[in-house]
Amino acid sequence: MRLFFIAALIMLLFAAQPRAAGQDSGKTPDATATAKASAPMDLTGYWVAIVTKDWRFRMVTPRKGDYRAVPMTEQARKIADAWDPAGDQASGNQCKAYGGAAVMRLAARFHITWQDDNTLRVDSDAGMQTRLFHFNAPPHTPPSPLGERTWQGYSTAQWQMPASLQVATTNLRSGYLRKNGVPYSENAAVTEYFDIAPLPGGGQVLLVTTIVDDPQYLQQQFIVSSEFKKEADGSKWDPQPCTAK
Amino acid sequence: MGSTAVHCKMSRSHRKSTGPKSVGAGILAAAFLCLLACRAAGAEVEITGSWAARNHEFLTGDGVPVDFTGIPLNEEGRIRALSYSESQLAMVERQCQGWPAFYMVQGPFGLKIWSETDPLKGNVISYIIGAWEDKAPLTIWMDGRSHPSEYAEHTRSGFTTGTWEGDTLVAYTTHMKAGFLRKTGAPSSDEATMTTRYYRHGDILTVLAIIEDPIYLAEPWITSRSFQLSTTPLPSVGPPCVTAYEGNSGTTAPHYLPEKNPFVDEMTTKYGVPRDAAIGKPETLYPEYKKKIPPDAPGR
Repeated sequence: MRLFFIAALIMLLFAAQPRAAGQDSGKTPDATATAKASAPMDLTGYWVAIVTKDWRFRMVTPRKGDYRAVPMTEQARKIADAWDPAGDQASGNQCKAYGGAAVMRLAARFHITWQDDNTLRVDSDAGMQTRLFHFNAPPHTPPSPLGERTWQGYSTAQWQMPASLQVATTNLRSGYLRKNGVPYSENAAVTEYFDIAPLPGGGQVLLVTTIVDDPQYLQQQFIVSSEFKKEADGSKWDPQPCTAK
Repeated sequence: MGSTAVHCKMSRSHRKSTGPKSVGAGILAAAFLCLLACRAAGAEVEITGSWAARNHEFLTGDGVPVDFTGIPLNEEGRIRALSYSESQLAMVERQCQGWPAFYMVQGPFGLKIWSETDPLKGNVISYIIGAWEDKAPLTIWMDGRSHPSEYAEHTRSGFTTGTWEGDTLVAYTTHMKAGFLRKTGAPSSDEATMTTRYYRHGDILTVLAIIEDPIYLAEPWITSRSFQLSTTPLPSVGPPCVTAYEGNSGTTAPHYLPEKNPFVDEMTTKYGVPRDAAIGKPETLYPEYKKKIPPDAPGR
């Protein structure tokens, strides 16, 4: 009888563990290992965006006023209606559409490398942007005091077991969700999930789900997902500076 | 979870035939087996519930007749797509072809997902993604059954089996009827297949779909869509697509002849999208295509 209760207790303890709730599932990463050593998947390499959705918003600059599907606030719409690409270019703000809330939507190639054992680096050829994912901080908690706001902000990262990456970005400069001036504010918080899937016939697909919180300019969370194919090398890498048009 | 139930049941069935000590050891062993099974099952995630659409990407693409942007059509697919006239929807046999299984990642609706479980073992036999208006429900069989013979009937939803890979549900769909990849007439054949992967991150469910079609696609079409967990229940049923006479008695098949589609340049004039992109040439899906767009082109 006593053994029965012990067995029951063991089962109860495990039943009480959080699971089957998305990011709480499965095992947890080894806290003592570096992010690089404990990586459950290999994100490094060259990835090319496959523009199978929103082509007219991503491959060409959409026309002023074409904001379809973005849950903008009225304030955001006024700002977008005043979009002035020439003015952005002249004032050194030509990278507004390449910021952390929108960079993964670019029709671009991305090169992912380990900058050090706890920092994953993501470079884009379009706009020549660099993102740094810091693994040694909890989500949305950049170091204090905050540094200067940047186009790519400050990103914290955590492996989600069994095989996913969560990235949380804040401390952004205000920018554009779409190149035709759809704004996000400097208070925007961006959460991303990186997942890898096999491609039929060989190869890999990277799926990036992006969630933008910005109560100032968005009526609700802005949620999009983008797909990338892995490339064998960087032979098609083509760095180009930001352009406002 | 099913294996948990089996192990626990086994431990009970052995109780009567052994002595007290071995009974205790058996219970403990069973507990550990259950524990291991629970842990393995813990890699799965709960995907049932109501997942609201967040249509922040323009997926339906049905605002302009010739909008095949982002779909890697091959030459045959492009000819078929450009011959399509929306008046075909008046033909009884074609009225329901706009809602194949692909519509899950192309349409504007949310997902209502529930599971059917084995009443004895408790394991999931299938997940069902509910119907919407005109679109049939989709069943994902999780019990290890095989896909039917290639000669079996094809339906709008097709036949889908699924497995868990870690915390990702992976489903594979075959036996779909010919229909549309997009409601603008981008075609899919009855040989098309779809691999879907369901990624849950907190209250976000992202469905990645890889669609292969040896008849109409030059390469797999890779697309995805995200949904957000809703506390407002979504309907699990919707009115099915029912055919009726809508002005076409079946004596004609409305279409456009090659090079005669009057809407082929509408994406260019309205949105500055080059014709090659509007008609779904595969090279237009990749960043280097931007260099082929003339600098003075609209939208450049």
